[in-house]
This record gives sequence, C-alpha cells and structure tokens, in this order.
Amino acid sequence: MSSVQKHLKGIHVDHCKNTAGCAITPIVLPEKVYIPMSQHIGAPCQPTVAVGDHVKVGQVIGDNAAPVCAPIHASVSGEVTAIEQKMTAQGRVDTVIVITADGKQEPAETVVPPVVTNKEEFLKAVRASGAVGLGGAGFPTHIKFNPRNPEEVDTLIVNGAECEPFITVDHQNMVVHAQDIMDGMLHTIHFLNLKKGIIGIETNKPDAIAKFKELFQGHPELEVAELQQQYPQGAERVLCYETTGKHLIAGKLPADVGVIISNVSTIMKIEQFLKTGMPLVSKSITVDGNAVTNPQNVEAPIGTPLPEVIGFCGGYKGEPKKIILGGPMMGRAIPNDDVCVVKGTSAILVFDEAFAQINAETACINCGRCVKACPMNLVPAQIYKAYNNKDLEALNKYHAMTCMSCGCCTYVCPARKQLSFINGNLVKGFVNSQGGKK
Amino acid sequence: MNKRNLIVSSAPHVVSPVNTSRIMLDVLIALVPAVAMATYVFGMRALLLTAVCAAACVAFEYAVEKILKRDVTISDLSAAVTGVILSLNLPANLPFWMAIVGAFIAIVLVKQLFGGMGQNFANPAITARVALFVGFATAMTNFPLPVAQQTADAITGATPLGLFAKGMVEELPSNAQMFFGTIGGSMGETSALALLIGGAYLLFKKVIEPTIPACFIGTVAVMAILTGNDPIFHVCAGGVMLGSIFMATDYVTSPITTKGKVIFGIGCGLLTMVIRLFASYPEGVSFAILIMNILTPHIDNLTIPALNGVPKEKKAKKGGDK
Ligand code: SF4
Ligand code: SF4
Repeated sequence: MSSVQKHLKGIHVDHCKNTAGCAITPIVLPEKVYIPMSQHIGAPCQPTVAVGDHVKVGQVIGDNAAPVCAPIHASVSGEVTAIEQKMTAQGRVDTVIVITADGKQEPAETVVPPVVTNKEEFLKAVRASGAVGLGGAGFPTHIKFNPRNPEEVDTLIVNGAECEPFITVDHQNMVVHAQDIMDGMLHTIHFLNLKKGIIGIETNKPDAIAKFKELFQGHPELEVAELQQQYPQGAERVLCYETTGKHLIAGKLPADVGVIISNVSTIMKIEQFLKTGMPLVSKSITVDGNAVTNPQNVEAPIGTPLPEVIGFCGGYKGEPKKIILGGPMMGRAIPNDDVCVVKGTSAILVFDEAFAQINAETACINCGRCVKACPMNLVPAQIYKAYNNKDLEALNKYHAMTCMSCGCCTYVCPARKQLSFINGNLVKGFVNSQGGKK
Repeated sequence: MNKRNLIVSSAPHVVSPVNTSRIMLDVLIALVPAVAMATYVFGMRALLLTAVCAAACVAFEYAVEKILKRDVTISDLSAAVTGVILSLNLPANLPFWMAIVGAFIAIVLVKQLFGGMGQNFANPAITARVALFVGFATAMTNFPLPVAQQTADAITGATPLGLFAKGMVEELPSNAQMFFGTIGGSMGETSALALLIGGAYLLFKKVIEPTIPACFIGTVAVMAILTGNDPIFHVCAGGVMLGSIFMATDYVTSPITTKGKVIFGIGCGLLTMVIRLFASYPEGVSFAILIMNILTPHIDNLTIPALNGVPKEKKAKKGGDK
C-alpha cells in the first residue's frame, strides 16, 4: 500500500527564510583564526606547519596520508602563533592551528588552476580542494566520488533542496553562481564517466529553478528536479527517491543504487577550485534568529570565532539563550559561543529565551502523528517504547536502525517526546552496545 | 564578551504548536453541537448531566493522581473529554449518582489503574457505559422521549433501535427525524447532524483522520444493504455516529497506522451490525468498539509498515533465512 506512494512522507515547517535574496557579504577579516584539524569524517589532519611559520591564503596547513581525509588550508595570510587543544564547533576538543592575520590576504604560490585531464587527476584535484560534504555530514568528497563500483554509477544528484528553515545561502549561491554549479556538474559527470546530472531544488526557490532550466538548455544530460516544499527533501535518502525513484535502504551507499549525491555548495567550491586553484578557505553562512541584530548571509574565513561573525551582523540583540549551528531541524545547539566556523557550518542561528524554551514531556497518546510524518515509514512511537523497555527484539521488528534522525517525528509529537533524539541517537548506541542487529 | 550557559538541547529545535491539551480542547469544541442538541431535545437535565460527568471525571483524575503521587494531568483536558463523552452515552434522566459511578469506572478503573494517560487498553467512556448498562440495566435503557414529544403519561419510550429489535417497524421515526435527532435515545446518540458537525470540525483541525469513521459507517451501511435493511436508518440510529466519530477514533485505543485503522473501522462496523441483527441486544456499537479496543495491540502488531523499497515478501524471506 505504502510502497506505491509517489512521495515520501514528511512535514511542513515554517520556512522562516528571512534572509532569502540577501547577498552574501564577506565579513571583516578576523584578527585571528582557529582552524581545527578534524573537519571531516575520517582521519584527522596532522599540522604541516609549525608555530612561527608564515602562511598564505590557500596554503595547506594540515593533511594526513590516510585514505579517508581531506586537507585543511590557511584561510588568512599571517603567522602561526599557536597550535593548541580547543573545543570546536563539532563539540569535541581538537588540535587547532591559530593564525594571526597580517591583513594582506596574500594567496599562496600553490593557488593555480590544476591541470585536470582524466578521472585520476580530477579526484586528486577534488581532494586538493579540501572539499567535504558541506551539507553537514562532512564526508570527504573525493572518496564519495570514487565508489568501489564505478561501472554501476551513472547519475550525479546535486542537493539544492535546502529544506531546513532559515538557511538561504545555498539558494543565494544557486542564483548567483549558477554557471559555476553547472560547470561543476558537467566536469563531474565528464570525469567520473556518468550519464546524467540532476539538481534537486524545492519549489520555494522559483528563481533558482528558472535559472538552471535556462542554463541547462542544450545539455540533455542535465536536469532540474522540482521538489515539493516539504521537509526533509534534502535528506540523502529522500532526495535520492524524489529525484530518481530509487530507494536508498538503510545501510546502502548511494553508489549501490547507481548515484552519487553531493551538496550544491560542494560542487560550486570544486568548480571554483578547478577555475582558480583556491581551495575551500571560507564558508557561506546564514546568520539569523530573533537574537541577532541584523540577520544576513555572510562569507566567513574558516576558523573565524563565532562572536566575530555575529559582531559583523550587528551583535546580539537582547540576551541570547540558544545558538544553533546549522538548521533548526538537525542543527546542533552549542553550550557557549567560544567556537569557530568550520567547513560544515552552514548557519548560525541565535535565539532568545522564549524560543529556547524546552517543553515538558507528557505521556504518548498514540495519536499516530509521528507515523504520518516519518519519511522512512517507521513507527517512531513504538521504537521509543521499545527503547524504554530495552527490548532489542522489538527494536529490530520496528526497523529502529533505519531512523535517520531527521526530526520530523519530534516536530509533530503533541506529547513533546524527543523521539528523533531517542530513535536516532540513543537507540543506535544501545543496539550497537548489544552487538548490533541480530 | 563571550556568551556562556546557553540552553543545549537535542534537535529539532522547533516543534509544531499542537500539544495534547490543544487536541483535547478541539475535541471539547467538537462536542459542543452534540451537547447543545441534547439540551435542546431533552431539556436542561441533559446539560446538567454533562456537567456532572465532566466534573466527576476531572475530580477523580485529580484525586487518583494525588494518591498515586503521579503528575496531575487534569490540565491536558483528557478527563473532561472523557466526562463529556460519557454523558453523551447516558439517558438524559439517569440519576446523578449512577453517572458518578460511571465516571469512577472510566477514570479510576479503566484509565488510572492501568497507568494513566496513554496506557489504558480500552476507551474509558465506552467501558463505563458497558459496565453501567450491565449493572443498571433498567435505568440505562429507560430512555426519555424528546421534551416536545412527552405527554402526561409517556415521558420515556423505546428507542428506534428498540422498536427495530421488537420488529415494530411501522412505528419507526422518519429518516429526517433520525438525522436531526428529535428521537428518543441516550443524550448524544440522537442527532447525527450535530455529531457530523463536530466530526467535520475535528477533520478540519486534523485532530482525527477520516479513516476510522469512514470505514465504520461505510461497513454499517454496506451490511445494512446486504441484509435488506435501510442503510440510512442504521447509520443514524443508536451510537454509530457518536461511536465512530468520537470513541472509535480515541487515539490511545485504536491502531496507529492507516492500515490498522482500516481494519479497526471495518471490524467495528461488522460487529455492530452482527450484534444488532443477530444478538439479543438492540444496540452493538459499544460492544463492538470495546472488542476492537482489545484487539488493537494485535492489529498494530500485524500492520507494522514495510520499509521504503523493501517489499513485504522480501522481508519475510529474509526473516526465514535467519
Ligand atoms: S527521526 Fe527517525 S523516526 Fe523520526 S521521522 Fe525521522 S527517520 Fe522517522
Ligand atoms: S506523535 Fe507523540 S504522542 Fe503521537 S503517537 Fe507519536 S509519540 Fe505518541
């Protein structure tokens, strides 16, 4: 019955895209940047510079020969004044290279367009660009682009859904840098031997859709997929189904169903690296929320302390009580603002006390709202009950490990159960501690 | 200066404004037409009975939660909803003390002793009605006639279903009377129109889904046609409207998935008609819902949705391989 439905389930959340159409302004150069050595999934980088070294913009300052790793580059020119342990935006203590800026922003000598003529050189260039999944996961892109079964992969899906409320930087980049994104898609398709490229965009961004439709004329291999306005269209499994009709079952990689999925800003950054040789040294960020004076879109060097970004936006308005890195559905609330911009930072949302209020949980009333919301077709209420009873068998029966922590169930639950946190995080920890799926 | 001591919580950081109290408030609003209609048909005694039931349910909930040292949850309005629905299941002239016994059964025995909100296996109002029906059979079947039809020596009379069961078909009221509710019966079972207005409000507010009422009412109608009876009469008579819209849709005691709701609704309809046509009771809605309530955990168990892209057969085979 449900296997023939045309769309996956989801929820309607207020878009709150207050900064839509807002140009991305580079912020005032910070005095110091703090660049962590682990901004991706995989082996952390080792510093390749020492205290006292002079570095230039785009110079590699951290790398690791391990297979799953992406290099990290200096985002400002200046002097390395410390290499220390510090809490990062990802919520862990990490080795951080502190660079005191000299204000000149000299590009490094290595910043020249790379020579790319084949797949190998392309993948090398992707690695050198420092690209990681900018949608949040942070998986090194050159690994994603190099699946074990290349002959079975034929489609590149570019994620331009931007389904999280508040965030508008991808939208803005799609409108302003559509050409780069298209060229990036064409290059990726060409060098990876794919057959077609699809960019998925939610219909609440008609200007971006129109732009790509126009640009794609004469490129039969490229296609715009208009996505309905529903959260979470940008979740990998949902996007894959909505654009190609293929189901990404939990535990499968996109390559297993013949696709590669990449964020629109990742594709853009790769193309800009191919054109200029400048790697990923800055990030487009939406700064919004009711406790920021001037919500806007900014471009900030990687490693910029949060207070500097917020200071550029007019500072805090009133007393901030919650700061979220990323969108309100899947972003992370941080305990203090003493952290810095990293590759995965797409939004900084600052809210006052009223917004930050956490409502008390009440009893589950079995209303079924979570079931109607879950894009993965799970029964969230039963999973959370099975977890409370520490019932491994029931967790398996209800496919608990398929949860992707999208937050739809928590959003709709009238009893204010933290379903997605329990089902997505606690359950996984519990099942793994019990020796995993039977 | 850095900001510290921010509030940290797990995502998502936004939630829908609908909470349990809001849902229960909507149900209360949806019950207004039915209570108003009952008051119009049976007089102020009906309104008073509703007030007594609601107050008794809230008071019992408060008292039990205090005694059992649970969080007091009367502000979620669910006890008030149970009270109002219970009253609609009673004849308007039922002695108050019997109504209070009903409230005790609903809240204390069925709801709180099974663990409180969300834990009860059967709908409290239905169970209370069935218990009263068994315990106080005379008072519970002594239905008053509408005020307008009462005469000096006939204050009470048989319900349409009572007449039907006795085979007194020619004395049945017209379908229009049945629809608007100027007939004898328990308070909330007379006016299909008032209940439908409330149901429409609940659908509009997305408090309930049409699945259960549609399957329930549809099955009753189909069964009536198949057995050569008047479908409109059977749908409007007795508790079908009240039961299908307000009691079978009780979240706690009905299945959580759409497929489960279809099975549940059809089951309710079938059992209702089987009891009406073949059992010795004239009315079967309460028993039908009660039985389906008890079956709900099993229905839920059999209707776990398949994962996206994983057909049922494949999953079954995988289970067999293990
Ligand atoms: S968080 Fe998990 S259970 Fe909840 S809606 Fe998303 S996938 Fe379903
Ligand atoms: S949405 Fe919340 S209250 Fe409703 S069934 Fe799911 S967990 Fe229970």
